[in-house]
Amino acid sequence: MIDALILTILMTSVPLILAATGELVVERSGVLNLGLEGMMLMGAVSAFALTYASGSLIVGLLAGIVAGCLTAAIFGFFVLGLATNQVATGLALTIFGTGLSGLIGSDFVGKAIKGLPTLFPESFSNIPLIGVFFALDAIAYLSILIVFLVWIILFKSKYGLILRASGISHNSAHSLGYKVLNVRWCAVLFGGMMAGLAGAYLPLMLTPHWSEGMTSGRGWIALALVVFASWMPSRIIYGAILFGAITIMQLAGQARGWTIPPQFLSSLPYVATIIVLVLISSRGSAKYLAPSDLTRPFIASK
Amino acid sequence: MFYLTPRKEIPFSFRIAIPAISIVLTIVFGFLIFSILGYDPGKALYHFFLSPLSRVDKIADLFVKACPLMIIGTGLVLCFRANIWNIGAEGQLIMGAVFAGGLALSFPNNQSILLLPFMAILGFLGGALWALIPAILKIKLRTNEILVTLMLTYVASLFIDWLVRGPWRSPTSFGFPLTEYYPEAGLISKIYFPGIGNISQLHWGVAVAIFVCIFCWFTMEKTIFGFQFKLIGDSPNALKFSGFNESNTTLVLFVISGGLAGLAGMIEVSANIGQLQPNISFGYGFTAIIVAFLARLNPVAVIISGLLIALIEVGGDSAQIALAIPKVVTGVFKGILLFLLLAGETLTKYEINLSHNQKSDLND
Amino acid sequence: MKRKSLLLESRNITKSFGSFVANDDINFSIFKGEIHGLLGENGAGKSTFVKMVYGLLQPSMGDFYWNGKKITIQGPQEARDIGIGMVFQHFTLFPTLTVIENIQLALNENFNLQELRETIIKKSAEFGITVDPDIYIRDLSVGEQQRVEILRCLLQNPKLLIMDEPTSVLTPQESEQLFRVLKKLSKAGCSILFISHKLKEVKELTQRSTIIRRGRVIDTVASSSVSTEQLAKMMVGSEPHNVKSKIVVNSDDCLVRISGLNRSVDNPFATPLEDISLDVKAGQIVGVAGIAGNGQSELMEVLTGEWRSTETIDAFEVFGTDIRNYSPHKRRQLGIGFLPEERHGHSAVTDMKLTENTLLTHHNNPAIQKNSIVQNETLEKLTDEIVHKYDVRTPFHNPLASALSGGNLQKFVIGREIIKKPRVFFVAQPTWGVDIGATKFIRNALIELANDGCGIIVISQDLEELFELADNICVLFRGKLTESKPLEELNAEKIGMMMGGEDLLSRSQGE
Repeated sequence: MIDALILTILMTSVPLILAATGELVVERSGVLNLGLEGMMLMGAVSAFALTYASGSLIVGLLAGIVAGCLTAAIFGFFVLGLATNQVATGLALTIFGTGLSGLIGSDFVGKAIKGLPTLFPESFSNIPLIGVFFALDAIAYLSILIVFLVWIILFKSKYGLILRASGISHNSAHSLGYKVLNVRWCAVLFGGMMAGLAGAYLPLMLTPHWSEGMTSGRGWIALALVVFASWMPSRIIYGAILFGAITIMQLAGQARGWTIPPQFLSSLPYVATIIVLVLISSRGSAKYLAPSDLTRPFIASK
Repeated sequence: MFYLTPRKEIPFSFRIAIPAISIVLTIVFGFLIFSILGYDPGKALYHFFLSPLSRVDKIADLFVKACPLMIIGTGLVLCFRANIWNIGAEGQLIMGAVFAGGLALSFPNNQSILLLPFMAILGFLGGALWALIPAILKIKLRTNEILVTLMLTYVASLFIDWLVRGPWRSPTSFGFPLTEYYPEAGLISKIYFPGIGNISQLHWGVAVAIFVCIFCWFTMEKTIFGFQFKLIGDSPNALKFSGFNESNTTLVLFVISGGLAGLAGMIEVSANIGQLQPNISFGYGFTAIIVAFLARLNPVAVIISGLLIALIEVGGDSAQIALAIPKVVTGVFKGILLFLLLAGETLTKYEINLSHNQKSDLND
Repeated sequence: MKRKSLLLESRNITKSFGSFVANDDINFSIFKGEIHGLLGENGAGKSTFVKMVYGLLQPSMGDFYWNGKKITIQGPQEARDIGIGMVFQHFTLFPTLTVIENIQLALNENFNLQELRETIIKKSAEFGITVDPDIYIRDLSVGEQQRVEILRCLLQNPKLLIMDEPTSVLTPQESEQLFRVLKKLSKAGCSILFISHKLKEVKELTQRSTIIRRGRVIDTVASSSVSTEQLAKMMVGSEPHNVKSKIVVNSDDCLVRISGLNRSVDNPFATPLEDISLDVKAGQIVGVAGIAGNGQSELMEVLTGEWRSTETIDAFEVFGTDIRNYSPHKRRQLGIGFLPEERHGHSAVTDMKLTENTLLTHHNNPAIQKNSIVQNETLEKLTDEIVHKYDVRTPFHNPLASALSGGNLQKFVIGREIIKKPRVFFVAQPTWGVDIGATKFIRNALIELANDGCGIIVISQDLEELFELADNICVLFRGKLTESKPLEELNAEKIGMMMGGEDLLSRSQGE
């Protein structure tokens, strides 16, 4: 019972980890993409549709990644190419992605696919105490690997240094000869791929069917997670597990017949997000952790 | 990719042309999308954009649909001008409806003419109080209002869900999540035109909406308050230098935009529904964001842009009924329209060059 | 001097932005090991030229030659590859990164971190400019930040080092130290292109100077063969006008009295203020000298009322009224005018029209605002009056503030305050980034204001300006203000010492 609970918590946190890690890279480069929800939904519907059509989960996952990336490219075109307001463009992307995914997915409502298998043989999961950590699918392990790689690249390589520098002062980075817009393009597309993968995880693993707006606010929670993690990759993992646990607590509570109205439990993740945001912002140092050129458009000049 | 050079003066023609071109292009995209999806694009576009304009009563319905969009949108215009990103109008709308509904349901037999004004006041208060949470967090702790307002929207919709399924559920609703009907005095009546009678569902709330838009425009353009709102958006330092208080201005803007969303919620329920239920809004709070941008952040242009978005919404319904096109396509339209308007905004501020010969440098 | 070979040469370099020609047919050359001055007013086109040398801009016409060979410099990386380094006027540093990370970003090659750290320490010792590689830039003073900028150029053993207005952020003593480093470099064979509008230092440091005016080369001269007056004339194009004479104050009417002013800060980028005292008499101009970043903006916020405290300030009286808790609004009503340093987004809003910029500080005038409603006609009239009276050149009627040049915008905002005839006026960097014509105009306006009996505090980095304007000068250093002394008792060297903290040190040692 406890094992099952832990397993669900871990699985719930996987899409949050993926989406938030992508967004972290985007924000480190100085861009705020509020369209996470839209990109995740596009990833989810594409992954479901192609898995359903091809029968191959790999094809589905790739479709999710590509769809997320393409959706992010729309965002990049406006925000980087035309220097539009990042907040408004991100909102537009969410509205657009929600609508388009619903339109594409309207034929798939009510259909089912077989989800991702666990990576290790089932017998592993029977190991006492730690067995639950072997009961996950490949994407879950991959998400941890990605966080680690992002950390290495951001903080141990010159590429990461350039990316962080572009987020701190795009004018300085430009004066030193770095192509700020190219750096940001890479970040935005990477963020899209991660969001697409996160979206794909939902219908392929968490709930093996498609429904309209099935991300139900996960994109927004992932955005909050980036702030929670104060733009440090490793902290995303703790944060995501914490949020996963709060989400699952509500389900567990319902199952055990707690007398608290289910709506109150359902609102916990949202309330928790607000509380976390408040805690982060009341810590005075928060403003020095944030990339200082975040949301400021860079105008190309040559 | 592009080189942007700032314009010294914005040509007046652009102010009209950009929304117009955006709408035309959205229709072109609509044509393409319908063709790709295998619908007859001509028919689909007819149902979307013309059928809702074909009869007087259908046009009246557009006004009814646009009513909450106008009231919320004009409040959001003030906020967005001030660079305050209240995107939780949906939640504020719900709380406004809950507050007003609470009053109406507490006096089930009240026939006083004062009930409706008091409900309006409470509706405004409900929305304003819900918006005060992000406002105070932003002012005191610099907490990002985008995420807080959004999270509070989820909380508000769960809150009303709990109310109408729990303590406020009518014993005569056969288990449906519905409250009692409001007393007659708590409902907004339809507009009676002498000699014609009522036109479809056109109600007095629409008149209020138009008045609110004009009032907000006057505040924005002609008063010192409007100047403060623009100033806080363009440059908070200049606001301080000018001697105004940044925190107060921010607070006022949250109260106005939240309050107006609450008022819209009260009107929506009192005019169209008559009781509380889990879903009292169809994403008006989010749609109003597009309305605000389509109006190019002009409070009075919100009247027109609200009607236009209402057209897409009503058109979406009519296309769904006539051709079984999924309703979500309206979201695609709204998204595209918003993208195009934002691109248009760039076009008014900058000259865009594709070639490498026209080099520009803004850092010099 | 033995014949030297050319390192860099530009032939017919022209750069235009739309219809505006920033550089017109520039012919220029620099020898190996030469220190060459590039002189010109703000906006003359010096920065545009060196940005082309560093590859940040591409010329519209003309060519560069490097060691006699024609080259095109595509970008800063390529410039660094061939041996060009540049120290920018507005630093290209990243405050929330460490020194070593900042240096890494300016190197084309990838370094092993440990090796790089050792190289930094070695190089900084060699040139006498020590910096700790692991400290964050935001924790460094402006002078130290410049050392990082220079150091990261030196690490690449440049053949040509471009320095864009390097001394504007340094005390005279720090400048001298910099000159020693530059001379040492030049001896080692590195050419230096030294950009400045300060004639004396160009004459002192450089072998030859090229003077640019309105995008054209006026002349290239041997620096020792011309006088500063001749240089100034070439730079400005006509004899600089003289500033009006200031009436010597004989009043005991103390308008402003500040004592025991303290301010703590919660932001590591800001400077706390410590026990500041200052008096201003009617008709007196008190100059506050000091290098930027020593508490100027913090002090200005206290003067304007954007930051207020009754607890940490013992006294702040104007006309005998305690104004410690007065908002900027109330201070204006009392007859105080003020103007902060930053034009863009502080004393003016660039995205707003001039009328709205007038409203910014005139909204408490009942003729402008009645019952919260803005009286647009009166506002427009007043704006036109300011534009006319203070010689503000606008491209068309009532443009956005962003359409005005720096000098015209500054004339506008100063005029906007002076037209109210304030009896006390606080102003920071009144002529920063402003052309010589507007500078004279503004200084004359300030002197006229003082001659009419207004008490003025001028916070400025520009010593020349303070010598022209002030009756008394004090120095702000690390948040502390020295006692103000009459101009007669001071000279540039003494103030320079005070700007470096000498006076404060000796005083505290004496106590």
